[in-house]
Amino acid sequence: MGTAGDQLRVVTSGEAAPGQAPSAALAEVTSSEMTLRRFLAGLPGVDQVGAEQRAAALATRSIKARAKTWAIDTAISMVDLTTLEGADTPGKVHALCMKAVRPDPEDARVPPVAAVCVYPDLVGVAKAALGSLPVKVASVATAFPSGRASRAVKLADVRDALEAGADEVDMVIDRGAFLAGHYGQVLEEVQAVKAACGAAHLKVILETGELATYDNVRRASWTAMLAGADFIKTSTGKVVPASTLPVGLVMLEAVRDFAATTGRLVGVKFAGGIRTTKDAIRYLVLANEVAGEAWLEPDLLRLGASSLLNDLLMQRRKQQSGAYAGSQDLSVE
Amino acid sequence: MARFEYAPAPESRAVVSLRSSYGLYVDGEFVEPLEGKSFKTINPASEEVLAEVALAGAGDVERAVAAARRAQREVWGPMPGAERAKYLFRVARIIQERARELAVLESLDNGKPIRESRDVDVPLAAAHFFYYAGWADKLDYAGFGPSPRPLGIAGQIIPWNFPLLMAAWKLAPALATGNTCILKPAETTPLSALVLAEIFQQAELPPGVINVLTGDGSTGAALVARRDLDKVAFTGSTEVGKAIQRELAGTRTRVSLELGGKAANIVFEDAPFSQAIEGIVNGIFFNQGHVCCAGSRLLVQESVAEAVLEALKRRLGTLRLGDPLDKNTDIGAINSERQLDKIVELAASGEREGAERWSPSCSIPERGYWFPPTIFTGVAPSQRIAREEIFGPVLSVLTFRTPDEAVQKANNTTYGLSAGVWTEKGSRILWMADRLRAGVVWANTFNRFDPTSPFGGYGESGFGREGGRHGLEEYLDA
Repeated sequence: MGTAGDQLRVVTSGEAAPGQAPSAALAEVTSSEMTLRRFLAGLPGVDQVGAEQRAAALATRSIKARAKTWAIDTAISMVDLTTLEGADTPGKVHALCMKAVRPDPEDARVPPVAAVCVYPDLVGVAKAALGSLPVKVASVATAFPSGRASRAVKLADVRDALEAGADEVDMVIDRGAFLAGHYGQVLEEVQAVKAACGAAHLKVILETGELATYDNVRRASWTAMLAGADFIKTSTGKVVPASTLPVGLVMLEAVRDFAATTGRLVGVKFAGGIRTTKDAIRYLVLANEVAGEAWLEPDLLRLGASSLLNDLLMQRRKQQSGAYAGSQDLSVE
Repeated sequence: MARFEYAPAPESRAVVSLRSSYGLYVDGEFVEPLEGKSFKTINPASEEVLAEVALAGAGDVERAVAAARRAQREVWGPMPGAERAKYLFRVARIIQERARELAVLESLDNGKPIRESRDVDVPLAAAHFFYYAGWADKLDYAGFGPSPRPLGIAGQIIPWNFPLLMAAWKLAPALATGNTCILKPAETTPLSALVLAEIFQQAELPPGVINVLTGDGSTGAALVARRDLDKVAFTGSTEVGKAIQRELAGTRTRVSLELGGKAANIVFEDAPFSQAIEGIVNGIFFNQGHVCCAGSRLLVQESVAEAVLEALKRRLGTLRLGDPLDKNTDIGAINSERQLDKIVELAASGEREGAERWSPSCSIPERGYWFPPTIFTGVAPSQRIAREEIFGPVLSVLTFRTPDEAVQKANNTTYGLSAGVWTEKGSRILWMADRLRAGVVWANTFNRFDPTSPFGGYGESGFGREGGRHGLEEYLDA
């Protein structure tokens, strides 16, 4: 690999440098802090106005009739049903798990959600409730949501979650290190967590609301993917703004370009602030038109949310019966 | 079949109540044309006849000029600016209230996607009236000296690519400055101007202030030939623009012309890549490329040319061509058979002259006039597709190596309406903007319009400015 300018070609065209396998080309990127920094600086910039304009244009797609029915069921199957409150109790987590498996008790055709997402100490409760049912248990870890703890504490947090049976780990990156320009430190930490995860799926939360610029979102996305993330995730849900469409656009471009370069498909999870069916469908449209239809499945796209599920169910009933359900017709966990 | 197949989402036509025939709007009334002639306007997406429209002849022009002259002398000219502003604000608000109707009508008559008529044409048309309404009582402070006077009556001939928006561009500044108008909409797209005439009635604009004469080229010629207009403003082809200028040379009639273009959209290797791809798409495929300032020549730095083309082709694969009234349509119909023939002929010349042609696979509807988004690569500056305005969804791709070469190639045209520069380097944007011979230079964007910003050309793209404070000058004796 040559200068930062050469990187632009590799990244955007999806070609490897001549005579090198794509993954070998990227292996060199992570070999030192300097090569990583140079690589990230060589990524093409994101024009804020243009990115927001494109996201806004895609948000005007009008999804009706059978397309809407398909989108609602697909969105339900992508939900990471989440509760991340200090006040969480085993009872609440149990109730959430029941909802996850059978979102609409009146209609067995409604698919289960993708996963239930909880704090590490409640993973055991969720796992006991779900057993071998087809809903995964995801746990936040690494001193979520701030990530302000030592590496040892973060890794212990991850191990705790895994020992309790978590199938997926949602870690946070060290935003302080990232903003200070210590990209290598961020990369290493993700690598270390990935190693600790073993077979468990690793989602890396970028907390884009704290990264502030779309250039940073793109760089953080690449850092996480280079470190081995299975998913890149927008937000913890504890910082405003959480997930936004332009941020989603930039992250979807990143996974698309990464796939073109390495052949590896990394998933994207949008989390925080997604409350309505309309919002959810907008993210599906974004994924469809930016990353491509390969991403339209729960293995590669997730929606981290709590109240969204009931809105999806309400819209689903509306599609079926023509009438809106009342607010008491759906269970509230 | 695609996994996520968007179901048709057509906007309802019910919001538009088309009449079977339309008269001329003269002196505040809809009247029959004196010679009794008419023509049909069709929906280019289906070839269905939408309405029969009156064809104005010399006698009708005479009536309209008399009405406009009287209204200007007796009512509109003497009226205080603040009063004129009230009418303009009212018109702007009614356009907003009737936005859906106007958008559907515009898409029906023109063939443009409803997404564009709804999100661009109609809101911008209202914005122009709002903007110039604000100027009407502040003309003393516009920088043209104390108490600048209106010119008198203006003949305004507008094209078919943005029928409503071009009407707004022409009418709003003329009215704000105290002129009265005779508007001649394009032959293939007369309907939105006629609904606009209804809106002027609804706003109780005094009779004669605006007159709408529908017709063909002969109507426009009759209007220009009168010599007693104080101003002729024309937007359209360079050929007709030249004829108008010849006709009016040596007369007291002031002229402004907004003509063709062959804009360069220049992408440097350090461009914001994804947004540049969007900008290229928006530059040439917006409104089927029926845009005088369309970025029809892509100049891309050789070092990223391959990557840009690959990404561009992938992006073109996601464009949705079809029913203009479907809210998910990106590319609508070509406005007329004549225009389609011209695009087909020029594209064929591109192939003949050795450029490589590419289009994404997309199904073309059976009825109506359609042309798929098309890219020509390996285009040489000498080829017709690099020099002539195609006015369709056809992009000619050329490459360059240095900023100097980019400037030289961009300026190597008889036109000079617009240009785009894509780079993350601010100093280069300014360096380029200094050297590009174009009325508008967009930096890291393309085809963005705002009523506060002047628009106009160099060379064969015409002269005079529309929009902004500059737009007032075209209608003031300053």
